[in-house]
Formats: sequence, C-alpha cells, structure tokens
Amino acid sequence: MTAKIALALLLAASAGYSWDEIKGVMIMQGFAGLSLFSIFLLMALGLAIIFGQMKVINMAHGEFLTMGAYTTVFLSWLCESYAPGLLAWYFPVAMILAFFVAGSVGFLVEFAIIRHLYKRPLDTLLATWGLSMILQETFRQIAGARETSATMPEWLMGSLQPFEGVDIPINGIFLLGASLVLTVIVVINLYYTRSGLRVRATVMNRDMAGAVGINTRMTDRMTFALGCGIAGVAGAAFTTVGSISPSAGGLYIVDTFMVVVFGGAGSIIGTILAAFGIAQAQSVLEFFLSGVLAKVAVLLAVVFILMIRPQGLVVAKIRK
Amino acid sequence: MNTLYRSMLGGRSGLIGLAILAGLLLIVFPLLLEPFRLNMMGKYLSLAFVAIALVMCWGYGGIMSLGQGLFWGLGGYCMAAFLKLEAARNIASEAGTDQIKALSTVGLPDFMDWNQITELPWFWYPFKSFPLTLALMIVVPTVIAYIIGTAMFKRRVGGVYFAIITQALCWAMEILFVTRQGWTGGINGITDLRTLLGWDIRTPSAQSSIYFMTVVGILVCIVLGRWLLNSKFGRLLVAVRDMEDRVRFSGYDVANLKTTVFCIAAAMSAVGGAFFVLNVGFMSPKLVTIEPSIYMVIFCAVGGRMSLIGAVYGTLAVSYGRTFFSEEFPALWYFLMGSVFILVTMVFPDGLAGAATRGVPAAWRWLTRNFREPPPAPATAAVKEAQP
Repeated sequence: MTAKIALALLLAASAGYSWDEIKGVMIMQGFAGLSLFSIFLLMALGLAIIFGQMKVINMAHGEFLTMGAYTTVFLSWLCESYAPGLLAWYFPVAMILAFFVAGSVGFLVEFAIIRHLYKRPLDTLLATWGLSMILQETFRQIAGARETSATMPEWLMGSLQPFEGVDIPINGIFLLGASLVLTVIVVINLYYTRSGLRVRATVMNRDMAGAVGINTRMTDRMTFALGCGIAGVAGAAFTTVGSISPSAGGLYIVDTFMVVVFGGAGSIIGTILAAFGIAQAQSVLEFFLSGVLAKVAVLLAVVFILMIRPQGLVVAKIRK
Repeated sequence: MNTLYRSMLGGRSGLIGLAILAGLLLIVFPLLLEPFRLNMMGKYLSLAFVAIALVMCWGYGGIMSLGQGLFWGLGGYCMAAFLKLEAARNIASEAGTDQIKALSTVGLPDFMDWNQITELPWFWYPFKSFPLTLALMIVVPTVIAYIIGTAMFKRRVGGVYFAIITQALCWAMEILFVTRQGWTGGINGITDLRTLLGWDIRTPSAQSSIYFMTVVGILVCIVLGRWLLNSKFGRLLVAVRDMEDRVRFSGYDVANLKTTVFCIAAAMSAVGGAFFVLNVGFMSPKLVTIEPSIYMVIFCAVGGRMSLIGAVYGTLAVSYGRTFFSEEFPALWYFLMGSVFILVTMVFPDGLAGAATRGVPAAWRWLTRNFREPPPAPATAAVKEAQP
C-alpha cells in the first residue's frame, strides 16, 4: 500500500501534477485495492464457514455465487417487465431472495450429498465438482450461455466526486459496504448467538455437542445452508460491478480457497486479513508487473508463506 | 522368481487382470477400432499414466494432488520442445526458399519468430538432443515434485491444504506458460509437430505404432506400480495414509516417504504427457490447467483409487463417455457426468474396480443361491472377465 502510494506520488510529482491531483490519484488507487478486497471477502465469507468450520471442500461454491447473481438478474428482469416503478428498490429484495434461494439449495445439497461424506473430506471435493457441473449446465439451460447483467437502479450508478479530480464509483462503495455488513452479520451470527454457539460446539467436539443436547445433524445442515446463502448474497452484490455467465463461478474458486487457507481455516478474522493482504499485494504488484504475472507472484508468495506457517495467518484455538 | 511373480504381477488373479487388459488394448482395440478411434484411445491412454500415478499417490499414499496436470504438462512440453526444434530444422533444411525467407531466423520455432525472438533461449538448447530430452522429461518434473514435496511434507502440510496448494501451483504454471508466448507458444501451445528423429509421426502406420508404444508404457507402469506397492514401501505408504503419526513414532521419516511417492507419481505423469504429444502432435496450456487436473483425479476415482488396472479402465470410460456424449448430446453430458461423480464418491468409493471385485461376486452368489455348490474358482474367474 505504502509502496504504491510512494510510487504514485513519484509519478505524479515527475509529471508535474498539483497537490490536489496527487491526492486524487492516491485516493483512487487505494480505493481500487479496497474494491478487490471487498470482492475477495465476499467470495470467501461463505467458504470460511463451509470449508473453514465444516471442512467440506465445496468446489461448487462459485456456482452458489452464480445462483445468487442469476436470482438478481431474474428479479430485475421481472421488475422491468411488470413493475418498472419498483426498479429503484428491487435490489435489496434481490439480495435477500438470493440468500434464501442459494441457502435452500445448499440445504438440499447437504441433505442429499454432503452429510454422507463428512468422514471423507477429500471426497467432498469430487462430489461437489460433479455438483458444480450439474449446476453450471442448469444455468446454461435456463438462462442461456451468453453473459447477462441486471439492470441497476439509478442510485447505484455514476460516481461520487468528494472533491476535484477524484472519481469514486458508487457501485464500488456499495460493494465495500455490502462486504463489511455481511462480515459483521457473519461474526455476530457465529460468535454472539445461540445458533453460532451450536455451530462452534459441533465443529470443536461433535460427540460432546451431541451429548449436551445439540442436534448436530441439523446444525450441520443449517451451517452449510448459511454458507451457501452468504455466497448467494455475494453473487447478488457482484451484479453491481459485472455481468454474469453460467461458468463465471469457476473463475473465482481457486482465489477463494487460497484466501480461506491463507487466513487460517476456522478463523473469520484470518479470512478478513488474508483477503486484505492478497488484494493489496496484488494491486500493488499490478503496478510493477502485468496483471497475470502479479497473480502468479501472489500465488507463489501465498504458497511460500503457507509453507512457513501451514496453519495460515490466524490459528483458531481448537483443542484436537 | 516366484516372489517376483507374486510382487510384480500380483499372483494369479493379478496376472489374469493384467492379461485381460493387455489383450483388450493390444488385440481387441486394434482389430475393432478404425485408425481415428484407435488414435483417440492412445490419447486417452496417455492420460491413464496420470491415473495410475494417482492410484499410488492418492489411493495408497493418501496424498491428493490436484495439480498433477503440472507434471503431465511438463513432460509433454519437453517432448514437444524436442519435436518442435526438429520441425524447425527440417523447415530450414528442406523447404523451399520462400519459406526460408518468411522466417527471419532459420532453425527457430515459428512461434518464437512471431514473437520477435531472434535467438534460442538457453533452456531450449538441451532439447536439441534426444537423449537429453528424454532425461529432462523425467528429471524436471521429478525435481519440481521433490522441491514441492520436501517443502510441504517436511512442514507437515497435508490433506486438503496440499490439494489446494498443488492446484494453485498448477494454475500459476498455466499463467506463466500462457504469458511467456515467445518461450512456450502462449495459449496456442506448441503445435505443428511432424517428425521424431526423422520418422513422420502423422502417418497412420506411425500412429498405430505409437499407440502400441503407449500401451506397452501403460503395462510397464502397472507392473512397476505393483512391484512398488507390494514391497515394504507400499505397506508403509498405506500405513502413512491411515495413521501417519504412528508411522512417525515408529521411527520412519514420513516426509521422505511421501516425497518419494510424489516424485514417482510426477515422473510417471510426465511420461504420459510425452506419449500424449506423440499421439496428437501438439501440446497446449489449456490441457494442463485446473480442470484437466481435476479430471485426472476423477479418472482415478471412477476406476477405483486402490486399483492400478482400474485406473486405466476409469480413464478410458470417462474419456470415451466424454467424447461420445459431447458429440451426441452435449447438454446431457454435464448432467450425466456430474451425477456419475457424485454417485461414484457416495456409493462406490472404490470405483469400477471395487464394483467388480465386490459387486460381481455378490451378484454371482445371489444368482446361484439355489445351487448349493458353485465352486469358488469359477467365481473369481468370472469376476476378472466381467471387469472390463
């Protein structure tokens, strides 16, 4: 971050910019890194629950994201065709609906597939890969193979100009806000409610949790559904910044897993830190290298750090 | 002799399974399939090397590698580099003058020319010699596997984490190969490969010889794999998979064991990649990314993660199904394949091999339940014959 600002300063100074313009460049560059951070965080939150807490390798996580995005697209189409007056306010409804659509599919998936595979975590990878193929093809059959996008309400378009020379896109702010609100909701849910307590108890010691009267099977199912629902909300939020296609989810899956693994499975704080670190590292490196090489450098750096610290950045205190 | 027979061929039942596979691949397929389909089988079989490697690494060793495409691809790229240099030399020596004029640098692969590279990069020099290429084809992936293995296993990174890290490494390699266009041919890969030491590999007769070479390679790998898995090394691998700490407490170097099997798997995969290039005449980074690597694991899972022979059948079945369905019913393919993966992992964790060795005898017993004395020997023979 600081390196980037220094470089931006240097560039700006050498080109003879005024102080206001330099300030503008700094703010906009910092915001680009924050946008990437919010994307990583949104992607990783659901997986931090499913993979981090439950140890299920959900390769179909990207498809739950896509599912939320398509729900939004569908709702925007519905509004546009039948109730154009509501177009300004459909979006919050779409996010809630995306949560329930992805969550209920997740509920069914847990019931049908995942619950048989808790003893064999690596096998969940294969089964969910199969699931992701089925879901992708379902999207393709229903929504078509072409990229689509939702119609955005007026208030999400355009950009803010807090002062001269600074352009901050509103959808970027919205995405950042959405990721922060969602994180807070997840943290409150996991650490400050009875249901979160049940989830953590089941993860830490399943037999003991069962012995004190927690319905561990139901807890598993609700946890998985919650993770999928959060992915759905993330997908809905993504429609503000880009278009969606049936196979879009697959593009994010490796990044998402790297964020969760790097942060330390089982720790939400770790996930936030990892998303921030990887996003900033990548946007700084993109200044020096081309975009794809920055990606490689970040991947290798993450692998290297994981080698030194196999448990990830933040180690959850769980007695095994 | 007797111990060798037991350990390498797996005794009588193992020998029957191997003989059926050999008969199918060496006699039945060449007789029944037209040259085009036979070449396709050769292509699939070059993927079966990876499936066999994964049986050793994942089925027995418990190390799931989602980046096996990396090693397969490196082997393939080594072979492709040699063939490409030969093709470039041939163009320089035999082609007409107009083609020479079209190239600014004679003897350089065409994609380098397109990317304004005027001198052969230093790491391309060894691929001028065939023996050196063969050596590098094995050595490069093995050394990389050794580095990854030592780094990860010494630090006790395993299971899911290892799988995700190998996946990321595989992705990183793909990005590098795609972006370094002048060195690797970029997204198109290395194409237009024609001759191997002056032997035109595109003629039908050459294609069928390469098919037979591939089959022999597969059989050698199976025998070698059996020998390894039946030795003390194989026992230790299973022990590491099932109870790693106990093996460590017994005084064995677990990291070393895991690294060794990972290196062997990498070398075996690399050989498969080289055969792939000979079979199809090109190499592309699209074949070595995340998705193909997951497919490789799926070949192994469908065939049976504990069966070397099963891995070959699994590869052939999935690859053939993929080609068949994407030709006939492209939409159905994804639904069908997705359900197969889910079903295999949930219902048949031992894949085709498990279904054959357990399901068929059970069915046989059920069918013959009214006849009290079916001799056991025909029952086992029936199992083996039903396996394909």
